[in-house]
Amino acid sequence: MATRSKPNGKAAPGRGSGAAVADGKWSGQRFKRKEDPRLIQGISHYVGDLRLPDLLHCVFVRSPHANARIVSVDVEAARTAPGVVMVVTHSEVAGIGCVPCAGTLPGLKIPNHYVLAKDQVRYVGEPVAAIVAESPYAARDAADLVNIEYETLPAVVDLEKALASPAALVHDQFKTNLAFTHVITAGDVAAAFKRADRVVKQRLVNQRLAPIAMETRGVVAQYLPGEKQLTVWSSTQIPHLLRTQISVMLGLPETSVRVIAPEVGGGFGSKLNVYGEEAVVPWLAMKLGKPVKWIETRRENIAATIHGRDQINDVELALKKDGTILGMRTRVLADLGAYHQLLTPIIATLTGLMSTGCYKIPAIEFEVLGVFTNKMSTDAYRGAGRPEATYLIERIIDVAARELNMDTAEIRRRNFPRPTEFPFSASTGVTYDSGNYQRSLKQALELSGYEKLRARQKAGWKQGKYYGIGLSTYVEICAMGPSAAMPAGGWESGTVRIEPTGKVTALTGASPHGQGQETTFAQMIADLLGITPDDVNVIHGDTAIVPYGIGTFGSRGTAVGGTALFIATEKLVKKMAAIAAHLLGAKPEQMEFHDGRVGAKGNKKSLAFGEVVGAAYSAKSLPAGIEPGLEATHFFEPSNFTFPFGAHVISCEVDVETGEIKFDKYVAVDDCGNVINPMLVEGQVHGGIVQGMAQALYEEVIYNSDGQLVTGTLMDYALPRAPDIPDLTLSRTCTPSPVNPMGVKGVGEAGTIGCTPAVVNAVCDALTPFGVRHIDMPLKPERVWRAVHDAHSKPGHETSATAKSAAAASKSTKKPGRRA
Amino acid sequence: MRSVEIIVNGVERRAQVEPRMLLVQFLREVTGLTGTHIGCETSLCGACTVLLDGHAVKSCTVLAVQADGHAVTTIEALAAQGLHPLQESFWEEHALQCGFCTPGMIMCANDLLARNAAPSDAEIREGISGNLCRCTGYQNIVSAVRSASRKKTRRSAAAAGKE
Ligand code: FES
Ligand code: FES
Repeated sequence: MATRSKPNGKAAPGRGSGAAVADGKWSGQRFKRKEDPRLIQGISHYVGDLRLPDLLHCVFVRSPHANARIVSVDVEAARTAPGVVMVVTHSEVAGIGCVPCAGTLPGLKIPNHYVLAKDQVRYVGEPVAAIVAESPYAARDAADLVNIEYETLPAVVDLEKALASPAALVHDQFKTNLAFTHVITAGDVAAAFKRADRVVKQRLVNQRLAPIAMETRGVVAQYLPGEKQLTVWSSTQIPHLLRTQISVMLGLPETSVRVIAPEVGGGFGSKLNVYGEEAVVPWLAMKLGKPVKWIETRRENIAATIHGRDQINDVELALKKDGTILGMRTRVLADLGAYHQLLTPIIATLTGLMSTGCYKIPAIEFEVLGVFTNKMSTDAYRGAGRPEATYLIERIIDVAARELNMDTAEIRRRNFPRPTEFPFSASTGVTYDSGNYQRSLKQALELSGYEKLRARQKAGWKQGKYYGIGLSTYVEICAMGPSAAMPAGGWESGTVRIEPTGKVTALTGASPHGQGQETTFAQMIADLLGITPDDVNVIHGDTAIVPYGIGTFGSRGTAVGGTALFIATEKLVKKMAAIAAHLLGAKPEQMEFHDGRVGAKGNKKSLAFGEVVGAAYSAKSLPAGIEPGLEATHFFEPSNFTFPFGAHVISCEVDVETGEIKFDKYVAVDDCGNVINPMLVEGQVHGGIVQGMAQALYEEVIYNSDGQLVTGTLMDYALPRAPDIPDLTLSRTCTPSPVNPMGVKGVGEAGTIGCTPAVVNAVCDALTPFGVRHIDMPLKPERVWRAVHDAHSKPGHETSATAKSAAAASKSTKKPGRRA
Repeated sequence: MRSVEIIVNGVERRAQVEPRMLLVQFLREVTGLTGTHIGCETSLCGACTVLLDGHAVKSCTVLAVQADGHAVTTIEALAAQGLHPLQESFWEEHALQCGFCTPGMIMCANDLLARNAAPSDAEIREGISGNLCRCTGYQNIVSAVRSASRKKTRRSAAAAGKE
């Protein structure tokens, strides 16, 4: 086993706050991941890889209609098909509780969300029947024999039409498609707008996205009636919360249910949920007395796993001539889909919380209208609410800069809170823990050669070359979070056990799905105990082994889950110090843990780590008041969220004849506080940026006007591929968080949040000579091309002579470019 | 049912299969080698990439009966004598996060390096463009393939020097 790979030669910029992780021997290093050897050899197990004796296979029959009454369901032919052992519809599983919604808001309308549709289907892909057979092929064949008669109803697709009356209804009983209204206000907004020199308005659309983890969802369930033990393997980000919900839905004591999240092949929020299939499959296994497996197909994954974003944001900004923001008014229409999933209603409220971004905006009015439509539910997708917020503020501020004829970096600087103003109370009601927005922006501008880029842009216009420079400065809300603000509580558990052999077992409730917490947590614990990360084994994702925990989402793994383990380890350090001091005849506060030894500072006498562990377990000579054994648990409740931030700068060239965008520089400066493993942080940022870039450029879930999903396969839903992505230059600043002892903040969503507006800003910036003010995402070449042409043809519009001739030339020549 | 004989990682595997059975299903269900993953079953993601007679194929595009009499190499065979240079490089360069795309990605890169021992970054990006990764943003995968190519070149030079 290799241990320490390439030590990080230079310290990250701005590091060295004095917080524990920054001084670590292992923390701060580019330490190779402990989870990788099994993954690169293909010998680890995802849900789909589980093989159990007598395993049966389940397939769901799903609605082909967006809105239809179920007239009749005939399952006889399916029931008697070869290999089929059971077919169920709503009536058989009516005893299973509804799919839970944890997001509560005053006045929220919550429709019953049955695990199999009852009487009516409300989106394409809604499960209507489940079939269990001896092989997946037999189950799929039988699914074709299920005969369901539907009476189709008008579908509610368009968000604005959904609110206009008379509109078709998704849920008749509510007599409206409006599920909730949520308002945040602060300051005197009317006065701010009255006082303003300039008011800038823009309507912005955050299109619907599909998370598309490369591993689709999957559930395997086994019931042992003798032991009354139900084991559910699920590709989930929240094993404990899922266990509680399965117990509730199936009416079982929680001790009878064990949930295991084995290797999880990506989640990005889509597996931060409780899905009907996760109750139906265990129910079938209990009924049949045999294990049952369901693995989602990619088509099902795009249709029936939660979607993200899907908001229409109308934003208005009131400004002084010098760019100072006086007030902001935002109205958000949030497409919820047909039902609530776990967090559906609260995602758009997060947009509200973060809508003022990095800026001091004294007066705000933020209104969200949550709207039912005949589509799959929206829920948490990477960034969940914050990419939408960042997009709206970062776009409107660029539009404002243009109208005020200001540099886009300057207008940002002018409205940042000063570093001395932290903790900073944003007018939305949250308190940003720490920040230095000036520093990250400065660093990003320097790294990208901003001044040179601007000069090149000016020169380019003269030659008919359209370069654009896009900035985005962002702050995000992370380390979810203080329990008062979280539906299920925001704490996390951590247990550290030093085994009699001297090896360490760490149990964490944070259940990762690719973030590498087995490694970062081991690095951190190794530093505290003076051992190596190879001596620390991090266990997660099994409710029978790990104390109750909340899970991994919202960039909380390290800041909340890691902190729980950090404090639990500190408890053991204290205990071991007392034992070692007792054995050495020294004082506990003199004890230091280094290189596998425990001893007093500056004193030659020390004990091997294992000797102290041995003493704790043999318990022959322990100081008074010290129990034998070495195990500690801590449930960490954060006092506040953390607020990572950063600045992204992109430069691109837009081919106005084809609408194609070519990126030549991407610089991201992120500040996530102290860093345990820079290599893993960079990996998170890379992945995040590419997902953010894909929203700006290609990705879009499209339903047609009948509610049919027209982007239902990977052929129609464009994911970024390797050649589409430019090289990314990453850098960091470090402003440690004061709300946890490690000074860490979280970074999983940063790239996605920072990237999207920067890309759109860059493209719109490139098209300044054409008077293009805004283009809605995704910026497909055709859209960009049309924007150039439409803007040019507007009467009274001023363009430079070169721009005019370029547009004229492009009109007659090539067709809009297409992405292969 | 048809009887097939496929040499999987050097071992002859015989089975009676339905004609519609995909090669990826054969590998996973019949031989029990689950390192080859399924991300789409429609030839669009590359998670199921294996070598068929030494050439990378998406094993959800090939029927088991079409592989009858042929040799298949899966991710499980690469580390026969210690980690393969690609596996080492993926580890060193942090070219994986959830690891789900990784076996397919490594098998694809393996084929790429067999055809082009020293690809440029653009050629690497093009070469893996049929394989989707949702976690890494590709940059570290490109670095890993580049580093593996250098490693292989160094090793063969060293081997030639010894002769
Ligand atoms: S599973 Fe074969 S390409 Fe996706
Ligand atoms: S590492 Fe997760 S999909 Fe590639």
